[in-house]
Amino acid sequence: MRELEYLRPDSAAAAVAAVADRPGARFLGGGTNLVDHLKLGVASPELLVDISRLPLTDVEAYDGPDGSWLRIGTNVRNSDLAAHPVVRSRFPAVARALLAGASGQLRNQATTGGNLLQRTRCVYFQDVTTPCNKRDPGSGCSALEGYGRYNAILGASPECVTTHPSDLAVALTAMDAVVVVLGPEGERRVPIEELYRLPGDRPELDTVLAPSDLVTAVELPSAAANEHATYTKVRDRASFAFALVSVAASLDLAGGVVQDVRLAWGGVAHKPWRARRAEAALRDRPFDEDALRAAIDEELADATTTDQTASKVPMVRNATTMTLLRLAEEAAR
Amino acid sequence: MDAQLSLTVDGTVHSLTVDTRTTLLDALRERLGVISPKKGCDHGQCGSCTVLLDGRRHLTCLALAVAYDGAEIVTADGLAADGLHPVQQAFLDQDGYQCGYCTPGQVCSAVGMLDELKEGHPSHVTEDLVGEIEPSEVEVRERMSGNLCRCGAYPGILAAVCEAARG
Amino acid sequence: MTEQATRPVEARAIGSHHDRVDGPEKVTGRAAYAVEHGEADGVIDPLHVWLVQSTVAKGRVTRVDSAASLAHPGVVAVLDHTNAPRLDDTDNGELAILQDDRVGFRGQIVALVLAETPEAAREGAALVAVGYDQEPHEAELRVDNATYRPDQVNPAMETDTDEGDVDAALASADVVVDQDYRTAYEHNNPLEPHATLAWWGQEGDREVLSMFDSTQGVHGVVQALAPMLGLQPEQVRVRAPYVGGGFGSKGEAHSHVMAAALAARTTHGRPVKLAVTRQQMFALTGYRTATISHVRLGAAADGTLVAIEHAVQEQTSVVREFAEQTAAPTRMMYAAPNRRTSHRLARLDVAVPSWMRAPGEMPGMFAHEVAMDELAVACGVDPIVLRERNEPDIDPESGKPFHQRRLVECLHRGADRFGWEDRPPEPRTTADGDWWVGTGVASATYPAMRSPGNAARVLALGKGRYAVSIGAVDIGTGARTVLTQIAADALDVSPAAIDLAIADTRLPAASVAGGSSGTSSWGTAIVAAAQRFRADHGPSPDAGVETTASAADNPAEEEFAFHSFGAVFAEARVNRWTGEVRVPRLLGVYSVGRVINPMTAHSQLVGGLVMGLSAALFETSYRDARFGHVVTQDLATYHVASHADVLDVDAEWLEESDQVFTPAGGRGIGEIGIVGTAAAVANAAFHATGTRVRSIPITAGELLD
Repeated sequence: MRELEYLRPDSAAAAVAAVADRPGARFLGGGTNLVDHLKLGVASPELLVDISRLPLTDVEAYDGPDGSWLRIGTNVRNSDLAAHPVVRSRFPAVARALLAGASGQLRNQATTGGNLLQRTRCVYFQDVTTPCNKRDPGSGCSALEGYGRYNAILGASPECVTTHPSDLAVALTAMDAVVVVLGPEGERRVPIEELYRLPGDRPELDTVLAPSDLVTAVELPSAAANEHATYTKVRDRASFAFALVSVAASLDLAGGVVQDVRLAWGGVAHKPWRARRAEAALRDRPFDEDALRAAIDEELADATTTDQTASKVPMVRNATTMTLLRLAEEAAR
Repeated sequence: MDAQLSLTVDGTVHSLTVDTRTTLLDALRERLGVISPKKGCDHGQCGSCTVLLDGRRHLTCLALAVAYDGAEIVTADGLAADGLHPVQQAFLDQDGYQCGYCTPGQVCSAVGMLDELKEGHPSHVTEDLVGEIEPSEVEVRERMSGNLCRCGAYPGILAAVCEAARG
Repeated sequence: MTEQATRPVEARAIGSHHDRVDGPEKVTGRAAYAVEHGEADGVIDPLHVWLVQSTVAKGRVTRVDSAASLAHPGVVAVLDHTNAPRLDDTDNGELAILQDDRVGFRGQIVALVLAETPEAAREGAALVAVGYDQEPHEAELRVDNATYRPDQVNPAMETDTDEGDVDAALASADVVVDQDYRTAYEHNNPLEPHATLAWWGQEGDREVLSMFDSTQGVHGVVQALAPMLGLQPEQVRVRAPYVGGGFGSKGEAHSHVMAAALAARTTHGRPVKLAVTRQQMFALTGYRTATISHVRLGAAADGTLVAIEHAVQEQTSVVREFAEQTAAPTRMMYAAPNRRTSHRLARLDVAVPSWMRAPGEMPGMFAHEVAMDELAVACGVDPIVLRERNEPDIDPESGKPFHQRRLVECLHRGADRFGWEDRPPEPRTTADGDWWVGTGVASATYPAMRSPGNAARVLALGKGRYAVSIGAVDIGTGARTVLTQIAADALDVSPAAIDLAIADTRLPAASVAGGSSGTSSWGTAIVAAAQRFRADHGPSPDAGVETTASAADNPAEEEFAFHSFGAVFAEARVNRWTGEVRVPRLLGVYSVGRVINPMTAHSQLVGGLVMGLSAALFETSYRDARFGHVVTQDLATYHVASHADVLDVDAEWLEESDQVFTPAGGRGIGEIGIVGTAAAVANAAFHATGTRVRSIPITAGELLD
C-alpha cells in the first residue's frame, strides 16, 4: 500500500474538484472494496478524498415531470436502505438484493454508490502476481483458461470474461433506476443500463463514469411492476457468498396476460444483464411456464460457456422460471 | 502521511497519530494494544475484527483509521467492563466457541445483530418484508453468517445467541 | 526422569461437566494469541516482518533489488538468500529458506522485509524487485503423472498392501463396484493465521531464541528449528498459551517460523512480529492434497465383500515429501479375504502439503463409504445392513482383535435417532416443496494413538494444592480444561486444587496436539506423574516436593487393535430449480472411549462434523497449474461453512471407558468427526436426487435437472 494523502472535503462539489485536480486521486466511501484493494495492491491511489461524511444520506420521495421517484443518497448504508419502509414495501427486489449481499457488518458499512461501483471479485483481478486486463490493461486475461466458475456467459470479450459482483445493481437494473452523477461539469442523470459497460477491448472500464464523477444519488421510478418484484440468488453457501447467478424480476399480470415484466440477471455478464429479449417475448402474451422457458432461451441464445460455466445456463433458466412463477402465484393471490 | 485522530475505545479516549494507511484494526491492535478485535483475514471475509462502532457492528479491517476520527468503539473486552455481558455469559453456558479466536467478533456481532432485530431490520430469510420479525433460529443463523468459525461452534453460538435474545 | 506404569484412574471429575478454564478470557478477547503479546511479556517495540514470495514456480532467483524498499520510510532491512543468516542444516527443504537461489514452488519465501510498522513492511515487500531465471514446472495432479511410489505414507505406514487374489475375486464376484472418487485440495484455514513473535537474547553465556508461536506443539518447533539454527534445544524457548485453531496446519513448524527466527537474528535483540496473511497461508502453511481413489469392491449377491481394492493417486511437493495415507482406513474397515491398497504420488513443483484434520481417513473414507453406498444400491441391501454384514471378527490388517469395535452399535443408535426405519429405499422418491429430500449414512473410524515423548511434573504447593505442568498446547480442544480434570482425579483432589501450566518448552516435553492423541498422550503422562508422586510423597506431601515422570509403554498395544468408530447420518435437500444443496440434519454417533468432558467433547465432535459438511459442499482450493499456485486464496473464494449452512448438527457417544488404552479411559476425539461425513452427505444427495456425485465438493451445478 503506497503512502496516501487524505482529504475530507465538506461538500460534494469540493470532493469532485479535489479528485479532478489529481490524477492519482480516488473517492473513499464505505471503504469495503477500496481498502481491500489498497491492501492487495489492486488500487494504489496517491490521494483519498473521503466522501463518507457528506450528508448524502436521505431517502426521499419526489414527483417529477415523468412520474414519482424515490431518491436515495449515495451514502445511505446498505443495511439502512434495506430496512427503509418505502424500499421494503414498494421496491422489495431492491431490499431483497441488498439483504442477499455480503454480511450484516458489511451492509452496515457499504454505501449505495459504493455498492454500484464495486469491482469484480475475479480471483486474477485480485491477485497482482497474475495477468489481468482489467487491472493491468494489455497483460492478458488469466480467467479465460483458468478458474472460471464465476465467469460470464453473455457479452464477454476475449479480453475479459468476468462478471459484475453487485446484487443491488441487478435489482436496480430491473427497476430502471437512474444514477445521479456530479462531475466537474455539473450534475447529470444516467440510466443504470447506460452506466455499466461490456468489456469489449477496454475491460479496465467498468462504467462510463470518469474518475472524478461522483455518484450522489440513485433514483427509483415508481411503477406497479416494481412492487411485484423479487430477487433470487443462487450461490454455494447459503449466505455470505457471491452469486453464481441471480435474478431480479418483476411481473404485472392482468387476466393471465403479461402487462409488464422486468428481468435482470447477475453473475452472467460484465454488467447486470437486462434480459430485454426475454421481456419482449413475454410482454402482452399469456403467461405460462412453456412461454417463459422459451423466452428465457431466446435471451440465452448467444450464451457461450466452458466446462466451468456450462451449468450457469440451466441454472439461470431454472432460477428465472422459478422466480417468475412465484411472482405469478403471488399476483394470483 | 500521518494524521491525528481521536478514538474512544471501551470508554477511554485516545488521541493518536497514525499513518493514513493504518486500518482501524491495526490502530487498535498495534498502536493502542487493544487485542480483543482479531485479525482473521484482514479483508472483510471472516468477521473476527467486528466491534461496535457508534453502536453498530462494524468491521475494523476494511476501515482506514483516519476516516474514523471521533468514533466511539466498543470491543468484546469493553462489553465486559462491568462483568460479562449476557451474550458472553451465554457463550460460556452454551460452549459457543473452541479456539476463541473468532469469539470476540462473534460476541460483538451478536450484540449488534440483536439490536438490529429489535429495530425490526429484515434479513435475507425474512419472508414478509413488511411484517413483524421473529427472532427465530433461521433469522439468527442468517444474520450471524458474516462471522466464520472454523472450529464449527455454530450450534453452540446459535444456542448462546438465542439464550441471550430471550434475556 | 522416572518411567511409570499407570493404573486406571477412578473417574470423578473425568466424565462430568467442567467449565472451560479459559472461557472468560476468550469471550472477552483478553486471551493473547501469538503476536498479541506485548510489554507484559517482555516484548518491547517490535519490528514487523513481511514475506516476499516467489512469483515463479520453479527456477532461480537471479536478482533481489532492495533499493526501493529500503528507501521507503520505516523499512529497516531486507533479507534474501545472499544476506540472510546461514543455517547449519538444510535437509528440511521447507524450512531451509533463504539459503540458496532455488525456487521450488510459487509462493516460496524469497525475501523478508523488516520495518517499523506493518504498513511500511507491507509496502516494503511490494517494492522488492526479484528477478528469476524461470524453468518449466509441473503443478497439475493427473492420473498419468501420479506414478511415484513413496517409501512409506504418513506417519510411517506401508505404501502398498496386498492380500489374497483381488483380481480373481473381482472376476468371480456377483456384484462389482468399480469407480473413481475424487477429493479436492483443501486448506485448513484456522481462524487465527499462523504467526510468530521472536527475539534473540542472552542467558548467561548462551544465546537464547524466544518465541511466541501459533503452534500445535511447542516442543516440535524446538526440535525442528534448534538443529538447523545450530542451537541446543534448551537455547530455544517456544510458548503458545493461546492458539486460534490449527486442524493440522500448525502441527509442524512451517517456513514462516524460520523466517521469524532468521529475521530476529539480525535485529540485535529487538523482537520481530511475523503474521502470515490469509492469502500467504495458501502457499506456506500446509494443505491437504487432492486425491483420486480408484475403488473396486467385489461382493456376493447379498453384499458380503469378497474383494476390496483401493488404489490412490495424489500429490506431494518436490521441496518436501508428504504422502497422505488415504487408503489406510480401507485396510482395517471391513472384512474381505482379498484386499489391496496402494498410494502413488505426483511429485510437483508446488507448495508443501501437510496434515489436515484426519489425513488419510478423511479423503479415504469419502471414497470407501460412497463406494459402499453404491454397493448397497447395487445389491439392493440397506446400507446399514451391508455394513453389518461386512463386520470383521478381527482387524483384517494387523490380525489382532479389536478392543471395543462398536461400529454396529453406533449405526443402530444413529438409525434409531435419525428415523432411518422410515427411509424409502429408492432414490428420488421424496420431495418437499422445491426440494428433493434424501438421507444417507457412512461409517467413521480413526485409530487410537498415544505418542511417545511425553512427561509431566507434579509439584505440591501446600494446603492441598498442586501445580501440574506439561508442554501441551490447547488449540481450542479444551486441553487446558480436560487435563485439569485428569490431574485432579489422578491426584484424588478437586479440579479447583490444580494449577495447570501448559504450552511452554520450559515445561516437561509434550507431543503435538494432533492425531487425536493429545489427551491420551498428555493425560497419561499426567497420570503417570501423579501416581508416581503419590507413591513417592504420599497423600499429604510437604510443599515444594515434586515428581516428574513419563508413562511406560502400554503392553496392550501389542495385543489389541485400538480404533474409534462412528456412524454419520445426513439429510440432504437439493433444490429442484437451482441444484443448491443444503444439509438440514447431520448426526454422528461415536464410540471413542470415555469422554473426559462432555461439553468440550460435544463441541469437538460437532466441529468435526461441521468441517466434514464444509468439505462435502464448499471447500476447494483451485490451483492454476499454469502459474503453480492456488488462486482461490482467501475466505471469500475458498468457502468454509458459514453459520447459515449449519443447521441441526449433533453428536452423541456410547457410554464406555477404554482403560485398557489409557488410564483415564479415553481414545481421542479430535478427528473422527470429519471422517465419513462428506460420504454421508454425498450418499444423502444421491438418495435425494438419484444423481451419484463421486467428487467433493458437491456443487449446485452438478445436481441441476
